[in-house]
Amino acid sequence: MLGFLLSRLGSLMLSLIVASVVIFAVVQVIPGDPATFMMGLNATPESVAHLREALGLNGPLPLRYLHWVAGMLHGDLGMSYTYRVPVAGLVAERLQVSVPLTIYALLLSTLLALPAGIFAAARRGRAGDLAVMGVTQFGIAVPNFWFAMLLVLFVALRLHWLPAGGFAGWQAGPWAVFKSLTLPAISLALPQAAILARVMRSALIETLGQDFIRTARAKGLSRGQATRRHGVRNALIPVLTILGLQFSFLLAGGIIIENVFYLPGLGRLIFQGITQRDLIVVQSVVMLLVAAVIVVNFAVEVAYALIDPRLRRPA
Amino acid sequence: MRHRGSLILGAVLAGSFLALALISFVWTPYPYAAMDIAARLKPPGPVHWLGTDQFGRDVAAQLMVGARTSIMVAIVAVAIGIAGGVPLGLWAAANRGRWVDEIIQRGSDLVFAFPAIVTAILITSVFGPSALNAILAIGIFNIPVFARVTRAGAISLWTLDYIRAAQVAGKRPLRISVEHVLPNVANLLIVQGTIQFSLGILAEAGLSYVGLGAQPPTPSWGRMLADSQTMFAFAPHLAIFPGLVIVLTVLGLNLLGDGLRDLLDPRLRRPA
Amino acid sequence: MTLLSVRDLSVSIHGLPILSGVSFDMAAGEVFGLVGESGSGKSMTSLALMQLLPQGAVAGGRATMGGADLLALPERQMCALRGREIGMIFQEPMTALNPVKTIGDQVAETLVIHGAASRGEALRVARARLDRVGLFADRFPLDRFPHELSGGQRQRVCIAMAVALRPKLLIADEPTTALDVTTQAQILDLLRDLVAEERMGLMLITHDLAVVAGMADHVAVMQAGRIVEAGRTEALFRTRREAYTRALFAASGHQPSRQTTRTEKPLLEVTQADRSYPLPRPHPFARPPRFRAVKGVSFTLHEGESLGLVGESGCGKSTLARAILGLDVLQGGAIRLGGEEVRAGHHMHRTMRAKMQAVFQDPYGSFNPRWRVDRAVAEPLHLLPEPPGDVPTRVAAALEEVGLSAKDGRKFIHEFSGGQRQRIAIARALILRPKLIVLDEAVSALDVRVRAQVLDLLADLQARHGLAYLFISHDLGVVRAITDRVLVMQAGEIVEEGATPRVFDAPAHPYTKTLVAATPRLPADWMEDADADRQTVV
Repeated sequence: MLGFLLSRLGSLMLSLIVASVVIFAVVQVIPGDPATFMMGLNATPESVAHLREALGLNGPLPLRYLHWVAGMLHGDLGMSYTYRVPVAGLVAERLQVSVPLTIYALLLSTLLALPAGIFAAARRGRAGDLAVMGVTQFGIAVPNFWFAMLLVLFVALRLHWLPAGGFAGWQAGPWAVFKSLTLPAISLALPQAAILARVMRSALIETLGQDFIRTARAKGLSRGQATRRHGVRNALIPVLTILGLQFSFLLAGGIIIENVFYLPGLGRLIFQGITQRDLIVVQSVVMLLVAAVIVVNFAVEVAYALIDPRLRRPA
Repeated sequence: MRHRGSLILGAVLAGSFLALALISFVWTPYPYAAMDIAARLKPPGPVHWLGTDQFGRDVAAQLMVGARTSIMVAIVAVAIGIAGGVPLGLWAAANRGRWVDEIIQRGSDLVFAFPAIVTAILITSVFGPSALNAILAIGIFNIPVFARVTRAGAISLWTLDYIRAAQVAGKRPLRISVEHVLPNVANLLIVQGTIQFSLGILAEAGLSYVGLGAQPPTPSWGRMLADSQTMFAFAPHLAIFPGLVIVLTVLGLNLLGDGLRDLLDPRLRRPA
Repeated sequence: MTLLSVRDLSVSIHGLPILSGVSFDMAAGEVFGLVGESGSGKSMTSLALMQLLPQGAVAGGRATMGGADLLALPERQMCALRGREIGMIFQEPMTALNPVKTIGDQVAETLVIHGAASRGEALRVARARLDRVGLFADRFPLDRFPHELSGGQRQRVCIAMAVALRPKLLIADEPTTALDVTTQAQILDLLRDLVAEERMGLMLITHDLAVVAGMADHVAVMQAGRIVEAGRTEALFRTRREAYTRALFAASGHQPSRQTTRTEKPLLEVTQADRSYPLPRPHPFARPPRFRAVKGVSFTLHEGESLGLVGESGCGKSTLARAILGLDVLQGGAIRLGGEEVRAGHHMHRTMRAKMQAVFQDPYGSFNPRWRVDRAVAEPLHLLPEPPGDVPTRVAAALEEVGLSAKDGRKFIHEFSGGQRQRIAIARALILRPKLIVLDEAVSALDVRVRAQVLDLLADLQARHGLAYLFISHDLGVVRAITDRVLVMQAGEIVEEGATPRVFDAPAHPYTKTLVAATPRLPADWMEDADADRQTVV
């Protein structure tokens, strides 16, 4: 198990390094001189030179890369060009919205999808299964931001049950935060829950066709007991893969959904960065998002090994 | 038989939106960009079937022309995915367990860490927004998707005795990959292609919704939704119709994919 | 005392009849054998008794056990009965156990689910049952996972699970078919002892007449969903009243008439061949340990000779075959074919590859399902320096040579049975007129009667073309029937080599002795009329 962890940890570090090189290359190398790019065409040579200095653009590329990485390891993400404040502070502020939203949506999606998938698999071919499959077929096809707009229209504007947008802030108390994140979380979670429910269903149906389920039945387990005691845990392996992927979809979806609900999260920060050509902000936030996905995938692989003893050795 | 039903329903739904996109080249109910301030924000009616927007432009015409953008972006992104991913998957499978395979797999994992919107953000931050960005971002994400599907299918084929027989007949891995492996993973690719097509349409809508995709004046479904957002309290038809069109197209493609999977799955096909 | 009485059992799947009019009785404490070829309905019979038939299958008739009709019991009562009154073990031990639960939990579950014991107590019983089936605590603690066990050990776990509550009836569906012959002998001994000790009835389902002959008190022969004949094993096997039984018997002991074409000219020379491959690293910074699958093997195969290579699974025989075919690189030693060195990959010259072809085990995986048969058979012609102009004639000739017709070339492979597919595989190997054909378990997947026919074909082709065979198999009976000389392989080494009859009749190496002794055989005196039967084959 230790060997397995070490080898996974090694590939985690490698992925992070390669990802950071790619992001650095795209943002700092491809556009030519970032300072000119950020200042636009009307900038005076003096102000460009000043910005170059401020951005630390005067060193050779590898050194600049190392400087950036070393800074990140110390929690220093550089200075935002437009806000004139450390990017780390901006990000920390925005994470207070994005992290709870992602977790809320992930929980909602899992809690809805797994029971629905198990229910459908256990009633394969019967009315309950067909109903779940029909609903999820629609769920997959609905764009989350459109669903969000419909929720705003009906739940917030017509029924006034929940706020239509904006973020109360943590100082307004957890209940207010919960209320302002509920519609965004639902609109993020439902389409993903539809996918997850279908994966859970087909993984469980596949598992229920395995020889060891027949063995369990021959021991005297009822269909339901065999499903619960032997089916679900084996079916969780493909489900975990999808759950890992969903994390990145939720993060990405969050960027869009924040726009619908005017939430001050990472997504809004990134769009402000793009419109204001604030490359430092874009570079840091993208790195953060990518790193989050990589770390979650690492966690998923460790979870595989916890579920399946056959995987507890280095690849 | 249920599978045949979803196949037909899916083909009809997806086919009609493809047809609408094609028809839009020769005919739309109104010129899609023609403004008519007198008839702005009209609800659906006999004159404008699906109503008009804040400039009095015909929603139906915009949807038809917008279909072109969505379908084109999604198709080209699938093509990028197939062109890049399938050879990689075949190559990895032919060298399974060796370093080439390892690099391709790790590389796929890495690209998966860049969701299409993140790639689009990166590209846009440097080159500015355009429909091309959307194609590139979705296409790049599609490459590891197809590489994985191809590799998984191909690896199970490489253990079969007919591949060994071809090796004994002196055929090289490249030739075996083309003659024996590719035709037998084609079914998987067709099914995955339909799925990625539908995901591409969703992703394109999302990207143009946040302004990272097609730019004005090119109509696109996602941007129509973004434009409607400030008005949908009093003109809900502007938000309803583009959304419905996306849902029905994606639904059609998914049903088509499911139907094809069942039709092409050798486990479900009875021996002749 | 009658334990189980089956009357007029029928099963149909979606209206298609699978079983009809199956009737038999079993007494307590006896071994009842159910034999037949694949598709004869023997497994369906057992699944019907357990009410574990696949979806869409409907059973009719009666099966009385302890006053209850097994076919009519509601699911709840059936659950209470499975595992408590009737235990069952299946063919494939590798997949029969849940990979994510420990063996202790899985054995204990039988007791827990029937409310027979608390979890702690159930684990104690599980320990005792695992000891009973020969998995002792020092090497097999309860927290072992299935993937840490070999196939034979897993089958023992399955047996422990099935007998944990001492059921009255144990159904064993091809319990040893997936196992090596020495393991098979041990499992059969274990089953025999358990039956005697616990006074269980054992329903033994198998395709292997010799296994039944050594185990069963009563036997029923099944064909196409019906019982052809039934009776006391020895009497039934000696008299062989029904033609089908006679045909099965004749085929299982079938010796094709061979004339030896062996010359003294060496064709394939293997000297000190070494083949090893890396294992997973124990930790990321370790050098991967290597597994030596073939350890310094040397032998010579002469032109026109039929050489057998026998050994149990994992002994390295297939790895050696891959190296001989030039599919894998050797780590040491050399393989020469007709004096030239075999090199793996595309370093090997075409003309040299053309001297050697192969037939593999799996009749279903041996052909690209999207190719027509003629294209598949013609594939080795790729090795000729330029494409011949007479491909259709050559394909037709090759197909006719294996007993098929030229028109079969236009069909797809799914239109053929398993035996026909192996014939087509032989045609493909034959089309270049190679000097050597490597047959890797080429008849192992076939039913006895089809196998006898394919062996006849191989003997005939060898006599006609002076082919050399390297015949790789785990089945001593088949090797005996088709080879002049035999090599016995164990753990990567050749431990014995000699003329086939000598090695099997008077084995010298202890391992060969074990192998020969473990191979189930029909008693010789039961076979006395076998000569008369030989005509009825085919």
